Amino acid sequence: METFILQTLNGLDKGSAYALIALGLTLIFGTLGVVNFAHGALFMIGAFCAVTLSRILTLSYIVVDESKTDFLGNPLKVDVPYVFDIFGQSTGEAIIDWAVPLAIIFSIPIMIAIGWIMERGLIKHFYKRPHADQILVTFGLAIVLQEIIKYYYGANPIPTPAPEAFSGSFDFGALIGFDANTIIYPYWRIVYFIFAAVIIGAVFAFLQFTTFGMVVRAGMADRETVGMLGINIDRRFTIMFGLAAAVAGLAGVMYTPIVSPNYHMGMDFLVLSFVVVVVGGMGSLPGAVLAGFLLGILESFASMREVLELVPGINQIIIYLVAIVILLTRPRGLMGRKGVMED
Amino acid sequence: MTKSTFTRRGALKTSAIAGAGVAMPTIFTGSSAAAFTNEPAGSSVTLGFNVPQTGPYADEGADELRAYELAVEHLNGGGDGGMMNTFSSKALQGNGILGKKVEYVTGDTQTKSDAARASAKSMIEKDGAVMITGGSSSGVAVAVQALCQEAGVIFMAGLTHSNDTTGKDKKANGFRHFFNSYMSGAALAPILGANYGTDRKAYHLTADYNWGYTTEEAVRTSTEAMGWETVAAVKTPLTQTDFSSYVAPVLQSGADVLVLNHYGGNMVNSLTSAVQFGLREKEANGKNFEIVVPLYSRLMARGAGANVKGIFGSTNWHWSLPDEGTQAFVRSFGTKYGFPPSQAAHTCYVQALLYADAVERAGSFNPCAVGEALEGFEFDGMGNGKTLYRAEDHQCFKDVLVVKGKENPTSEFDLLEIVEITPVSQVTYDASIFGGELGACNPGA
Amino acid sequence: MFGLDRKDTRLLILVAILTMAAPFLLNPFPEGSAMAQFNAGYPDLMQRFVIFGIFAIGFNILFGLTGYLSFGHAAFLGVGSYAAIWMMKLLTMNVIPAIFMGVIFGGLFAVIVGYISLRRSGIYFSILTLAFAQMSFALAYSVLTPITGGETGLQPKTNDPRILDGTLADGATPKANIFGLEMSSSFELPLGSWLFTFNTGYYLAAFVMLASFYVAIRIFRSPFGMMLRAVKSNQQRMTYTGLNPRPYTLAAFVISGMYAGLAGGLMVAMDTQVGPERMFWTASGEVVLMTILGGVGTLIGPVLGAGAIKYMENIISKINSDILHTWFAFLPDGLEDLVVTLIYPFIGKGWHLTLGIIFMLVVIFLPGGLVEGGQRIAKLFSRKKADDNTSDVAKAPAE
Repeated sequence: METFILQTLNGLDKGSAYALIALGLTLIFGTLGVVNFAHGALFMIGAFCAVTLSRILTLSYIVVDESKTDFLGNPLKVDVPYVFDIFGQSTGEAIIDWAVPLAIIFSIPIMIAIGWIMERGLIKHFYKRPHADQILVTFGLAIVLQEIIKYYYGANPIPTPAPEAFSGSFDFGALIGFDANTIIYPYWRIVYFIFAAVIIGAVFAFLQFTTFGMVVRAGMADRETVGMLGINIDRRFTIMFGLAAAVAGLAGVMYTPIVSPNYHMGMDFLVLSFVVVVVGGMGSLPGAVLAGFLLGILESFASMREVLELVPGINQIIIYLVAIVILLTRPRGLMGRKGVMED
Repeated sequence: MTKSTFTRRGALKTSAIAGAGVAMPTIFTGSSAAAFTNEPAGSSVTLGFNVPQTGPYADEGADELRAYELAVEHLNGGGDGGMMNTFSSKALQGNGILGKKVEYVTGDTQTKSDAARASAKSMIEKDGAVMITGGSSSGVAVAVQALCQEAGVIFMAGLTHSNDTTGKDKKANGFRHFFNSYMSGAALAPILGANYGTDRKAYHLTADYNWGYTTEEAVRTSTEAMGWETVAAVKTPLTQTDFSSYVAPVLQSGADVLVLNHYGGNMVNSLTSAVQFGLREKEANGKNFEIVVPLYSRLMARGAGANVKGIFGSTNWHWSLPDEGTQAFVRSFGTKYGFPPSQAAHTCYVQALLYADAVERAGSFNPCAVGEALEGFEFDGMGNGKTLYRAEDHQCFKDVLVVKGKENPTSEFDLLEIVEITPVSQVTYDASIFGGELGACNPGA
Repeated sequence: MFGLDRKDTRLLILVAILTMAAPFLLNPFPEGSAMAQFNAGYPDLMQRFVIFGIFAIGFNILFGLTGYLSFGHAAFLGVGSYAAIWMMKLLTMNVIPAIFMGVIFGGLFAVIVGYISLRRSGIYFSILTLAFAQMSFALAYSVLTPITGGETGLQPKTNDPRILDGTLADGATPKANIFGLEMSSSFELPLGSWLFTFNTGYYLAAFVMLASFYVAIRIFRSPFGMMLRAVKSNQQRMTYTGLNPRPYTLAAFVISGMYAGLAGGLMVAMDTQVGPERMFWTASGEVVLMTILGGVGTLIGPVLGAGAIKYMENIISKINSDILHTWFAFLPDGLEDLVVTLIYPFIGKGWHLTLGIIFMLVVIFLPGGLVEGGQRIAKLFSRKKADDNTSDVAKAPAE
């Protein structure tokens, strides 16, 4: 039972990452009809927003400490961050400690700007081009973006820890009436789950309850008619693109304490996020979220020792196996709309 | 049509005939033109440095390349000579190899065996490389080693830790300086026993591919021999990034030690997950819960940040070793690049020097002569103490370092502290236990 | 000739000349000169050009004609490779059975995957094929290690059974051959300071590619090819006329799977080693990119795309800063350093960056891929010759 609950928690946690990425992707892919292979790169850039902010916060000047030596026997150079001078040491340390949450604020304008530039500068010209061309251009863009990141940050993962206050784990089992020390769960993962839920809720509310959202939804359903009504749908699509980029970026920012970011993390998630979106069904935002959580939970259960003893190797293929089964039993995925990306 | 299995482009590239121009087509036969593949004919010799330059191990590859460039500089008499001054063999003069200036070509393995072979082939076929070295994974090492055997050039393996490289997939033309899974297990077990007791229950998470299997087996066998019990061993996909679902059930399994048979990015992520799940603060079976990482890579461990503190593992070499050879190498590397070398850089530098030295001693670039010079070669002053290149499997036998994540690192490079230098006698094994056949050396032509 | 019309015959002859003369054409720079870095006329790369050319031609039969975008084609290449290496381990080092079994197994696997995946269309089809390929990769890397060799892959060993071959001479290694003629054997022709290498393996692969190219032309021009185009343009209308598109698409899928299997078998024949990364999604993605880069639905495009990508991978990635310094040594020191610093991010370990930029430039400026680039150049020339003749080129559809 404890294991069951633990794996459900894990599944929800993984699922919230999948759902967030798939949500952004489906805004672009399922609704604007653009096959965006650069979406993983947006997720990665979000993560590197957090890295960059923590680099900025730790911008330092060098003080030579004569009492210690470095590996070559020269006097040790100690880095002193400028924030220490501005805010004093303790506040400075606290600010550096909270770099990841602070990066949320830092990343939103950056991601929206990147999304906006991408759409205006590139994607806009590809709405009417074949999907093949969209794949090539966005894949090229993804490579360029990740190579730029690699050039500045190297290829190794970069540790980006959560604030001290969230670094531990708490006894979830004791909370719901199990023995102590049976269901332990890290604080940050719970934060991530709640964060994802809030973002997903916000996106849905935005599309559901605002006039803007209504127009966009109408535009997804029938772009031409909306255009004929004299509404500038293009502009709104640009904003949607910025929004999708911001969602992907935020997913990346908050993910950094869970998996140390590296330049190819976007590519690692790319294929998976396409699978999630398609399993959810093209053009369906709820479908993408649902599929994200479903695949996250199934993946967690497939990695249990008991399951692996029964079916060796199932953890390697579970996501793809489920995708095949779902696509064969439900022709348009879980909640797909007819006629979207079917030809 | 005549057979010249691999080209003698190296000869042509630098020889005087090339410039003179031959109007009539000439048919070269392998035997008459060259005694072996890519016999260097001019005043220079070309070595092929095949390292990962893209993909997850790109930084490790970059460090390897730095080491090679340094080695070339030293071989050609530049710089401060590095380990050439401390090396027990004094055959190297600093005038290149056999008086020929050392030149090199570089390639990208992408940490994929196909790409690595393509790159190595282009070095052999196009650039006339007489030796290939480098790499950062066992899959690549085994693939390139087999290629070099076919082509008739020497392969000096870079970072490859699987038993297979000099075990079931060993080849006469391939040599490995790096240690292997078996040695890690044998070196770690006594230290683990001394620090954590001999009645521990271990839970293994193992990367689901060859290297993971051999490492798990090595650690299991050696820890079980001293009384540990293995509660479970779960295989994790190579492509996994979030290990929460593997780490979460560990506490309830009754285990009190978690062994992470992971390398590189996998290791960083699984260790981060394990620490986040609070394993290290927990008690199980009345003991402190512990985590072990059999193979440490300092470069990669940086990605795990503070999570490595106090965690035991093994490593081939570390820059903080006190011996002269290490100090000489760290000094020249650090002066040139501004930071200390990684173990990957060390093994590559040493391999380059060992090759050059073997050529000098053999008096020929012929792979068979070089192989003979390396087989059973004993040396010292290369940072690992007395070392033997065993003739039976072309594996180096030397002391193994057991290290621990440092509690109070003074710099970003100062992540590991040396706990114990396990003497070579404890990690030596019989050459036949992993099967495989060396075969005969292949000079190519 | 060969049942082709004049234009196709010309194309086939052109391709034949290009492949047969490749050792000359790809080695334009003399040995030892600074530009020799750009020579691609060494056996391994030439073999890769034609093998990936075959792979892309096959992929294009499916994607270019029917519009079905398979994102898992590398799986067939991988399965073909494994079948081929097992033939070499069990039967003989002669490449004929290996290549043959590669085609058969690639085709068989394509029948299974195609039968299931073709129940869906569009993106749903793509994801189904992707799922199959990713499963093949993951299993080959891990639990199937006894069959696939896992991470370290499979190579012929001296102690393999090889029931058709005699026992190896002591110390000899098994070498891929065709009736005794080794794949790796070459004939070298030094001309002045040039050195041209004619490699047995390359010519075998090149002949196979010519045959594949010929078959592809015949498929493109056949009634079957027309049917496949009908599937692409309007599947519904086709169904209304009482035709069931499934058998046609499945046939196209299996044929392209066999092409992939053939490429896999040839890869093993040229270089006797198989590793599972060959089936990773990036490998499937690569053939998609090759085809689009060259020109979807054109005959020659995929081959050009394959060549371009492999050239970048093998040539650009090998240029290092040392080589740059030699090139620009004639410049004054400061300027030399500046130029090297500017170029350095794009070469060596930065070859991915160059590749990404080229993808973007091609698709932005040449919507029809490299083939369109060629057509534009041809158009330029023909306009110079005779203005009224241009319409001819313009009308020629991008096939």
